[in-house]
Amino acid sequence: MMPASRLRYNDSVGGRASTILGAEAQVTLPHQGAIDCDIHPAVPGTKVLLPFMDEFWQDAIQNRNIDRLELASYPPGAPLSGRPDWRTQAGNPGSDLAQLRAQALDHFGLSHAICNCLYGAQAVYDQELGRVLCRAINDWIAKEWLDREPRLKSSIVVSLMNPELAAEEIERLAGDRRFVQVLVLAMGEMPLGRQFYWPIYRAAERHGLPIGIHAGGMVRHAPTQAGFPSYLVEDYVGQTQGFSAQLLSFVAEGVFVKFPGLKVVLIESGVTWLPSLMWRFTKDWRGVRPEVPWVKEPPAAIIREHVRLTIQPLDGPPDAADVERIVDQLGSDDMLLFATDYPHWQFDGDDVLPPGLPARLHEKIMIDNPLATYPRLKEAKQ
Amino acid sequence: MTTTLLERSVVQPVRLGIVDCDIHPVMRAPTDILEFLPQRWRQHIASFGARASRPFLTAIPYPRMTPGNGVRMDAWPPNGGPPGSDLDFMRSHHLDANGIEFGILQPLAAGSQTLDQDLGAAMCTAINEWQLARWIGPEPRLKGSLCVTQEDPDAAIAEMERHAGNRAFVQIAVPPRTIEPFGRRRYWKLIAAAVEHDLPIGLHSAAYGPHANSGTGWLSYYIEEHFAFAFSLQTVVASLVMEGVFERFPTLKIVAIEGGFAWVPPLMWRLDKHWHRMRAEVPHVKRPPSEYIREHVWYTTQPVEEPERSADILDTIRWIGADRLMFSTDYPHWDYDDPNYAFKAPLDEATRKLIFRDNARAVYRLS
Repeated sequence: MMPASRLRYNDSVGGRASTILGAEAQVTLPHQGAIDCDIHPAVPGTKVLLPFMDEFWQDAIQNRNIDRLELASYPPGAPLSGRPDWRTQAGNPGSDLAQLRAQALDHFGLSHAICNCLYGAQAVYDQELGRVLCRAINDWIAKEWLDREPRLKSSIVVSLMNPELAAEEIERLAGDRRFVQVLVLAMGEMPLGRQFYWPIYRAAERHGLPIGIHAGGMVRHAPTQAGFPSYLVEDYVGQTQGFSAQLLSFVAEGVFVKFPGLKVVLIESGVTWLPSLMWRFTKDWRGVRPEVPWVKEPPAAIIREHVRLTIQPLDGPPDAADVERIVDQLGSDDMLLFATDYPHWQFDGDDVLPPGLPARLHEKIMIDNPLATYPRLKEAKQ
Repeated sequence: MTTTLLERSVVQPVRLGIVDCDIHPVMRAPTDILEFLPQRWRQHIASFGARASRPFLTAIPYPRMTPGNGVRMDAWPPNGGPPGSDLDFMRSHHLDANGIEFGILQPLAAGSQTLDQDLGAAMCTAINEWQLARWIGPEPRLKGSLCVTQEDPDAAIAEMERHAGNRAFVQIAVPPRTIEPFGRRRYWKLIAAAVEHDLPIGLHSAAYGPHANSGTGWLSYYIEEHFAFAFSLQTVVASLVMEGVFERFPTLKIVAIEGGFAWVPPLMWRLDKHWHRMRAEVPHVKRPPSEYIREHVWYTTQPVEEPERSADILDTIRWIGADRLMFSTDYPHWDYDDPNYAFKAPLDEATRKLIFRDNARAVYRLS
């Protein structure tokens, strides 16, 4: 079935994807000026990154054929990776600014959208190469996307191979207020709460930058306790295990005790698994808290204070009344952040707000919660 | 909050004739197994140990919080030995006291995870003989789980044949922490044999395994590892669906043991959503994953998740289906669920009968 919004584009204007959208095609959401907390510009290849690195690395990248670093978590042709009507004529989904502007920013009437670049720089093993690629991606995003479209903000991508180098990259960019978050992947070498990573959190907290954890992995370990699943769909569904492990780790290692101002945003994580985690984690904490005596609050309370989640995908039950119940079980109205996950295919047509999300939460999810989570967006609003 | 306190104080005396689907029989001393092993393997263990994929030769990787590797303080038998090792005391302390009509044993002694495959097979045989000699022979209320080597299907099938028709064993026991996800084809021979013997396959959470306990590496603390038990069971369920195992074996019964159950509804929703989107990748999966799961998978309840608003668990039960949950205590472990207090929200009578007795009676064909 062809999504409704696609029909509307063709009916209204037709022609090239990048110019099809007029103001009349904008969808009516309950509130104007939503903040999209997950949008994916695609790096077309390392070629575009070369101007943002020195000669030594330009040579190395070309001589060693360091290219095509798309993550295995998101094969560009997979249904997940690009909604049919959001794909481009040429290049990977998300590689065309004009199209992204028309289909996401204009169409949904967004005031801001946060770019989460998923190119595989974060997954390389060589810490210097990782540093150079991440740095180049950040500078490329600033020049090719943020300079050209003021509604776009971005996450800082960092390599986790050396947290001191990651902290340096955060310090380097912290003065550019268009960078609003630090981005890492859900499955890496070690659980993210480990003290090894704390230099990153020190820098992030100092500059008011949340840590965004996005679905996807560095594939340093089998993604499950029983090895590698056969299919992408299993791998994707199983990302919740990675997100869960990171929450366990952040809380149990005492990251929020050491960095009380730190926020963690789970991006493209699904939402409905979280209440059951909070119940089980809190029960376990009551039983074995002497093991982690620095954790002085119930984990559910810590998670509600420090953790946020984007709403695409929600992974809700089929019945809208049940969606309302499971969202209510989060126990906080402050946790959910609006997102389209453009150009990933999470919903059809204009159903970016999953049916069953209570109307009283719409404005909070679309505007208030993102502003509270990303303090730098408030500056942009003023 | 007053309401919560009132709910928590609700005692629900259970005198149905309960089926407890997770009781741990324990050896008086680790050397007890030697009696059931051939001389060759006794010598082997004395020289080389029973090596498994864990850092320590015998200790569990994540130390528990109470003496005896995390057992109930009141479960130490008065006549000596560790908790769970004295049948008479188990009778009076647990089976009689709680009105347990049937108890399903879950031996945690290694075998299925022993790296030397011949030793592993010998240990599984020994553990099954030990169950017969010390537990399910003397006490008809107790039923055994037939321990087999899932990584060596021929040995596993031989062990099933050895006890074929012995209704004292009511399920095949394998750990969910396997070398490959349990739905993959290397396990189909074993699964086919279980179906042929008309035995459910029970997968009990395991304290160690061949891969990291999360996809982002090893967690630091027991509080994390204990939670992560549920990951291994989620992987089993997703893998069996996505590999088409339930299409291939339409009468297969799977029991997920000691992982709690509140994770099940969100897993079913997520599987359905993303299967719908990417079903071209798995054309052998003909129906929404939740349909297979509802037909083929049961869950033991312990550790029962405890929402802050107790009644929220009733939504969870409704979403899973009360016919899928089977009560378990995990006796004698520290996180034991008492049948009188396990559910903080009042269950209606029909639901209680299903969860505490009837589902397990049907799945395990107990009478």
